[in-house]
Amino acid sequence: MGITKRVVMDAEGIDRSITRIAYEMLEDNKGATDLILVAIRSGGILLSGRIKEKIANIEGVEVPRGILDITLYRDDVVMTGKKPQMGETDIPCSLNDKKVVLVDDVIFTGRTIRAAMDALMDFGRPRLIRLAVLVDRGHRELPIRPDYVGEVLPSALWEDVNVNLSKSGGTDEVLIIQDMGMD
Amino acid sequence: MKLMLKGGRIIDPSQDIDETMDLLIEGGVVSKIAKNIPAPRGKAGGGAVVLDMEGKIVAPGLIDMHTHLREPGHEYKETILSGSLAALAGGFTAIACMANTKPVNDSRSVTEFILRQAACANLARIYPVAAVSINLEGGCLTEFADLKDAGAVAFSDDGKPVADSGLMRQALEYACSLSMPVLSHCEDRDLAGEGMMNEGFVSTELGLTGIPSISEDIMVSRDIELACYTGTSVHIAHVSTAGAVELIRNAKARGVKVTAETAPHYFTLTDEAIRTYSTDLKVYPPLRGIEDRNAVREGLRDGTIDSIASDHAPHSSIEKDVEFAYAAPGLIGLETSLGLSLALVDKGILTARQLIAIMSMNPARILNVPGGSLRKGELADVTVIDMERTWTVDMKTFRSQSRNCPFHGWALKGKAVMTIVGGAIKYRDNDPHL
Amino acid sequence: MILERKDVLGLSDFSAAEIDLVLDTAETFREISTRTIKKVPTLRGITVINLFYEASTRTRTSFEIAAKRLSADAVNISSSTSSVVKGETLSDTAKTLEAMSPDIIVIRHPCAGAPHILARLLSQSIINAGDGSHEHPTQALLDMLTIRHKKGAIQGLKVAIVGDVKHSRVARSNIHGLTTMGASVTVCGPAMLMPRAVERMGVVVETNMKDALRDADVIIMLRMQLERQRSHVFPSSREYARLFCLTRLMLENAKPDAIVMHPGPINRGIEISPDVADGPQSVILEQVTNGVAIRMALLYLLAGGRQ
Repeated sequence: MGITKRVVMDAEGIDRSITRIAYEMLEDNKGATDLILVAIRSGGILLSGRIKEKIANIEGVEVPRGILDITLYRDDVVMTGKKPQMGETDIPCSLNDKKVVLVDDVIFTGRTIRAAMDALMDFGRPRLIRLAVLVDRGHRELPIRPDYVGEVLPSALWEDVNVNLSKSGGTDEVLIIQDMGMD
Repeated sequence: MKLMLKGGRIIDPSQDIDETMDLLIEGGVVSKIAKNIPAPRGKAGGGAVVLDMEGKIVAPGLIDMHTHLREPGHEYKETILSGSLAALAGGFTAIACMANTKPVNDSRSVTEFILRQAACANLARIYPVAAVSINLEGGCLTEFADLKDAGAVAFSDDGKPVADSGLMRQALEYACSLSMPVLSHCEDRDLAGEGMMNEGFVSTELGLTGIPSISEDIMVSRDIELACYTGTSVHIAHVSTAGAVELIRNAKARGVKVTAETAPHYFTLTDEAIRTYSTDLKVYPPLRGIEDRNAVREGLRDGTIDSIASDHAPHSSIEKDVEFAYAAPGLIGLETSLGLSLALVDKGILTARQLIAIMSMNPARILNVPGGSLRKGELADVTVIDMERTWTVDMKTFRSQSRNCPFHGWALKGKAVMTIVGGAIKYRDNDPHL
Repeated sequence: MILERKDVLGLSDFSAAEIDLVLDTAETFREISTRTIKKVPTLRGITVINLFYEASTRTRTSFEIAAKRLSADAVNISSSTSSVVKGETLSDTAKTLEAMSPDIIVIRHPCAGAPHILARLLSQSIINAGDGSHEHPTQALLDMLTIRHKKGAIQGLKVAIVGDVKHSRVARSNIHGLTTMGASVTVCGPAMLMPRAVERMGVVVETNMKDALRDADVIIMLRMQLERQRSHVFPSSREYARLFCLTRLMLENAKPDAIVMHPGPINRGIEISPDVADGPQSVILEQVTNGVAIRMALLYLLAGGRQ
């Protein structure tokens, strides 16, 4: 039967969601003071860049942005010989007393976020940590809830949710992909 | 008891026989060898047990002129009894055992002890080899005449070389005057150093200290020159190098009385096998390169090397289940020697007749012991070989007490299926046709 | 991304892809050692036994730090004698270790092949931390990481390895690794300390150090393994230094940007003159830093490999 794809968010919808998330963050934090975005590699990188741009447009402030690779904090890494590809971790400043917003494209089981919070703690003691995602697809396995959500998209376990962001933003889309398998 | 071996392919190089014949054994000796001997009749007096040998080779009993039986002293590795059982299962009716026991066989009492144990076992014939020097120390000669009188068949410090050329000269001269052979372990210990394997590309890659092939060649050359100069004879034990084969070939060509033996591992394996660091492959002299292996095969083919001996050297896990450097050298071979040697026949390097000569007649002549022939009146020592029998080496089934065999799991073709010593069947393979 | 092997016993059977995998992984681990909190929870619950039959503070410490930075439990067992002296077989040793349920065993042994024999007896992963004169794969990997860092790539470089090649496990592992990665390797040392047929390992052999260093991008100096030599192989240390010590003058024979490496500990004035060891071309301390990253990478890649 092959693969079926369904577009669930288009470029315009995504941009509206990101704008709203940026406003909510600034409102919550009463400005951009002490705010730092930390993107989870690799899904959060482009998204955090967009949020950073929006904040710059709204407030005229460049908030710092770090990148966190959570591979070494995963709870399944020694379960198999197969090891995920690792990337660089780059936290530009101390996180002590900072208001950290973790950024990822999709929240699913919550295990990635658990790993990310553990990793953050090794870089200092933030005053608070918040979580921003573009898509919440449900199926949480840990008591974790995002603070800023683009859209809640209930999905089936056998489906994949793909967030495709581009540098320019023109061709952005969120897809739900279902692999029916070959028969 | 009378025993009739009927319809086998009798190969007896001593009489130039290779054809289908019958063999009649009476009173422990060969009484008749001819075609279609009528079976002696009458159950009471003249009746004989008739065994159908169709499809089998009937050969003079095989003789392994170089084994280590470890008794006295290291009975946890092997005893004269267990070694004899292993010999019979391997098709050997007689074996010579080296002197490096504890105490060393350098006196009448030890030689007599060995012969007494052999008599108690009453299995294969055991020929004690006495030490050349007291306690194998290379210092002074043992009492050759007394040892000969006690039953020793040869002299050797095997396991160690006689480093002192002067002492070796004396040994050759004195042994010759007593018509006794000297079996020489050829190794220049200074060159061999703390070597653990053949020196070459493999030892370099493995980081194991090498023993250069010339450490053997130099001593073979020395012994040949000593024998030549003194007009005596010398036997070179366990030849492993191309250089030694060439030296012996040249010496024989110029009339020096030199004989030589090699062991199955030297024409079967090379140092490449050590890449696993298996300590069962640690042996002195070491497994050499492919050129050496091929030269040893050629030496057997052209008669430069007279005999194949197993150099059966049992060791327990205490000596072998350790780091390669700390492992004792040696491997067991009594139960695999014939099967590995028959591979040379299968490969077309030797004829069956050549191999029988190499494993029976030649060692009998070198050691000057009875056997090695099925001539009328000779001892009825017979080995029956099934050339077509394929079998898998399984050390769990070995009669030997030790397990240091690198050939475990190998599929071999050809096996001794019956071993007869002095007219008595001492070993019988579980072959339904026999 | 998977290292398809139970053990790391040597580089003789490592492919270029495997070496790249280890070096790439180590590259990301370098960053952890620069953090304030130099620890990640990755190998929590993994037990690493450092089994050292030969004194070695450096390598053992490096493995211990690597294990601890990954949150593994590292246990050091030092033994100056082989089990054989105690009347034990290697199988006894293996069974005893197995009964303590480790996940990875790091072994340093004065006898070549000892890790290989243990690897056959044990289901756990074995990392060879140096076996006799045979191999020292983690040293060669950290050397290659250092070279790659300084030179960008290994392919096409000319590497000179100088010293007692015969007794050097560092030389053997580096020869395997560097030739696999496409470097051209020249070995140089006293003629009697050059192992037989070493050229068949794919290297050029020189006995004159000047010739060996010509156009070299990398110089790896070996330690005089006095403990692994039979006595009197070389007349004296003084005589050795006269021919094979890397002095500033000698270094001028190599490329101007050549880097100088040594597995340590250095015999100053015998293998390397102090001004070169401490000079701008020396990367000896970076090698030590990279050693931790390489060992972290191997522990990480081997852990949990066989469930």
